[in-house]
Amino acid sequence: MDLKTGLHQTDPGPLGNIFSYVERLPGGQILIGSLDALVNWGRKCSLWPLTFGLACCAIEMMSTGASRFDIDRFGAGVFRPSPRQADVMLVAGTITYKMAPRVRMLYEQMPAPKWVIALGNCACSGGPFNTYSVVQGMDKIAPVDVYIPGCPPRPEALLYGLMRLQDKISKETITRRGALKDGPQGIASGA
Amino acid sequence: MGPRELQAELKKSFGDLINIVQEEPDLVAEIPASEVLNIAGILKNDRRFNFDFLVSLTAVDRRDHLEVVYVLRSLKERHQLILKVKIDAAWPEVPSVASVWPAANWDEREVYDLFGIRFTGHPNLKRILLPDDWEGHPLRKDYPVDKRPEKVF
Repeated sequence: MDLKTGLHQTDPGPLGNIFSYVERLPGGQILIGSLDALVNWGRKCSLWPLTFGLACCAIEMMSTGASRFDIDRFGAGVFRPSPRQADVMLVAGTITYKMAPRVRMLYEQMPAPKWVIALGNCACSGGPFNTYSVVQGMDKIAPVDVYIPGCPPRPEALLYGLMRLQDKISKETITRRGALKDGPQGIASGA
Repeated sequence: MGPRELQAELKKSFGDLINIVQEEPDLVAEIPASEVLNIAGILKNDRRFNFDFLVSLTAVDRRDHLEVVYVLRSLKERHQLILKVKIDAAWPEVPSVASVWPAANWDEREVYDLFGIRFTGHPNLKRILLPDDWEGHPLRKDYPVDKRPEKVF
């Protein structure tokens, strides 16, 4: 450990560079940082998605889960049948006004910390369907962390979006999360 | 039966009740709303016509009136016929043909859902696609294009 900078970068080790997140008090003592990094590392590497698809984007999502693209490489392949066990909501497809209350209920049933990925144009903004029955984007229902455009997006795009979400999670801190009283659960810090 | 023979048989059976409005590429006939159930029954059960397959049942809003469209096909005789029924937009009612072709059940519910056409004698006429508390019928021309439900969830 380099006492001047507080950084330890010579050997990343199995946890990567999590020690580079260590923060120092003005007095020079280490306060928190490593716990944040550890917790975030655990969270971002075991993002369990909720199993549900609303339209054709779900086909791409299933493809991403299969062996060719293998979403399990990121620890996000454990599709959960219950929202109580899920961390991330992959909203794959068109949201109709009839479906919106169900989607919202699933979101509310997920325990925090939770994140939302809007997969495809329809979930981002309603896509081509500016019509009487289609909700114009997932953000009308719940806060969205990552938007992935495309009609449908390729599996690589979903994996890239997942990695961006991992980046976002690694910037969160457990202290700031509680400070967001009225803010959305999924968006904690630095976003 | 070829289209010409079919046309002749239709004229022979229904006379003035049926009005051929188009011959190519599909044979299209117009019938009055009061005769729908009667004519549908004959078209299905008569050996000469044998229309055993209701391909689709839909509607068109022509602004001054509504039009219900039945696309019929006979798998045995290999002929096809499109029936059109003009109805008043102010009092949109037409007899249900669900008793003749069971496939019409859900099609008629969909037409009721989106156009507000009431099919009299339908066993279960309620909305099929939109939520039950939806206001209006979105495929009507007088439904505002930018109208959206106020409540999302």
